[in-house]
Amino acid sequence: MGLDFTVVPAYLDTILIGVLWTIAITVCAAILSFFGGILLAVIALYAPWFLRLPVRFFAWLFMGTPLLLQLFLIYFGLVQLGIDLPAFVAGVIGLGLHFAVYNSELIQTAILAVDKGQMEAARTLGCSRSQALRKVVIPQAVRDVIPPIGNNMIALLKDSALVSVIGVSELTLSSQLAIGRTYRPFEFYAVAAVFYYIVNLGMEAVMRRIERKTSLSR
Amino acid sequence: MTEAHKFVDIRHAQKAYGDLEVLKDISLTVDRGEIVAIIGPSGSGKSTLLRAINDLDSLTGGEVWLDGVQINKNLPYRQYEKHINAMRQQVGMVFQHFNLFPHLSVRDNVTMAPKLLKGLSDKEADKLAEEQLNHVGMLERIDYYPSQLSGGQKQRVAIARALAMQPKLMLFDEATSALDPELVEEVNLVMKRLAEEHMTMIIVTHEMDFAASVCDRVIFMDKGVVVEQGPPSVVFQNPTEERTKEFLRKHLAQHHAQNAAEAAALTAAQTNEGAK
Amino acid sequence: MDIELILKVYPYFLEAAVVTIELSVLTVLLGLICGALAAAARMSRFRLLRIIGAVYVSVFRGTPALIQLFLLYFGGPQIGIQLDAFEAGVIGLGLNIGAYMAETMRGAIVSVDGGQTEAARTLGLSRAQAFRKVTLPQAMRLMIRPLGVNINAQIKGTALVAAISVVELTYTAQRYIGSTYKPFEMFFLAGVLYIIIITVTGKGITYLDRKARLP
Repeated sequence: MGLDFTVVPAYLDTILIGVLWTIAITVCAAILSFFGGILLAVIALYAPWFLRLPVRFFAWLFMGTPLLLQLFLIYFGLVQLGIDLPAFVAGVIGLGLHFAVYNSELIQTAILAVDKGQMEAARTLGCSRSQALRKVVIPQAVRDVIPPIGNNMIALLKDSALVSVIGVSELTLSSQLAIGRTYRPFEFYAVAAVFYYIVNLGMEAVMRRIERKTSLSR
Repeated sequence: MTEAHKFVDIRHAQKAYGDLEVLKDISLTVDRGEIVAIIGPSGSGKSTLLRAINDLDSLTGGEVWLDGVQINKNLPYRQYEKHINAMRQQVGMVFQHFNLFPHLSVRDNVTMAPKLLKGLSDKEADKLAEEQLNHVGMLERIDYYPSQLSGGQKQRVAIARALAMQPKLMLFDEATSALDPELVEEVNLVMKRLAEEHMTMIIVTHEMDFAASVCDRVIFMDKGVVVEQGPPSVVFQNPTEERTKEFLRKHLAQHHAQNAAEAAALTAAQTNEGAK
Repeated sequence: MDIELILKVYPYFLEAAVVTIELSVLTVLLGLICGALAAAARMSRFRLLRIIGAVYVSVFRGTPALIQLFLLYFGGPQIGIQLDAFEAGVIGLGLNIGAYMAETMRGAIVSVDGGQTEAARTLGLSRAQAFRKVTLPQAMRLMIRPLGVNINAQIKGTALVAAISVVELTYTAQRYIGSTYKPFEMFFLAGVLYIIIITVTGKGITYLDRKARLP
């Protein structure tokens, strides 16, 4: 059947809108996963057992199962509970939670690695435990894990392709729409790959910048 | 050729990293059986010169000859590789950080190269390892791994490893600089023993006392040139060059300060003991 | 939780788990081969090989595995590559994980102290001999754990082939969620099986790592 890339331009606008949705879902899920990660880390380390244990169990479950399976659970689970969320929101929650768990692991290790002296110093100044955590320990820990969290976020971009299976019309699903009309899978998946690659490069550049900025403030 | 060749002959050695000249036209010879120390401040190019002798750091100009054969020949890649590997088998080298192979036992550290390159059988290689390790007083640790040895022991094994290839020339690159003070002596003893056996040695070192007692000649380098050379008695006691004097003065002062600090620490420790 | 339903459908999940294990083993094996080749290419002294290695790693790490899989399975026939879904899954995901493994292997190799190669070369070993006898044995020990992380990710990564209808764990869970409307039970069942596979593999990696550790 051969290749024919001349069919691509007619669907370029569809694809570009898909790119925008991919960026949107990545950014939203990244933000959720970042703050969710901090929250989960603090709960896993400091909360009373009735909060700590379920969160640890949830983390264990999420780290041991595929993202795709989790997306199915969230999408269909919400439906079963009678919660009718737009696919985009379900996708953000799924991706965000998945990566929040991974970020939380990194942050926990970093919190434990922040010098005990830091906590003590803050306490001698009269800060409460939670103030010391909020103002002294967590900011340092978070800064320490920015490079590995950056790597997680770059993985998140690529994993965002998976939300196409629950009907979020991002880049992958947009390409599939075009394929459905033209029966040209190779051309459109190749184009999608190129766009992912470009967004990925951009994201890597952004992450390097953030890393540089935060490492300067040491 | 009318003149008999020099054993080690460095001719107009130059080395530059971009605009930075590390070696500026150095010419040196070393006789067979001679023991030469190279001293100088850090950054003087002494290690670079040593590493140029077996082409670990390639010169940007000049030639290095060993026993009538040029080491740093300009050859196509494959031929050069063959040539340099053959040359390096004749030149043993000992590093500041030992560079023992951590995944191999002491025995295998010593026997690997002879087995691989000279085709020694396991039995022959074992015999060789026992001889060489006995020579450096490490025979009883033959089945240990490097991580189980002290720094001084590691360095003695590293010397045995180099000697097992039966080199014509031994290069020592600050062999005792990374050692705790109390472990320096055991390595110095091994090197002294080698000197008595008339092994040709070129030793880059910070240890003036050792250089004075063991070496036939001391070479003082600074900023990429040989400033002064001669018998240790002359270079250490009556240096002619201002730079040599200054270096020795500074070095001595440092040495004294260190000794004083160690003595103070010792006294403090003893006082502590007494207080208990 | 509907225990009765779980008891009724679990044999199908077990069958599916076997497929997931097969996929994991085959993709990891292919990944190790591709990874080793790509790592070697990236460290070659030939520029062309270095470029080929770098492009492979960059492209496969820079785009989603799902797209790579779709491109191979749905787009393959257009360029004369006819594969069934399982084959496409193994080849597509194997090539993908290979790019990640290449970086792991290269990272381990370059983290072996340069003094090791120097010492070996000083004894007269050739570049290849120094690599084989000195650098590689040390790098292999260093790469067991990080490769374990890659393998752990790949076991979960096999779920992607559900999107091209290979009947493995995630596909099975999805199908039963659709037909029973019991998402939590089906997630739980598949999840437990994934976690068992991952835990056993993890123990294996830890065992290997401990066995390979130097005194």
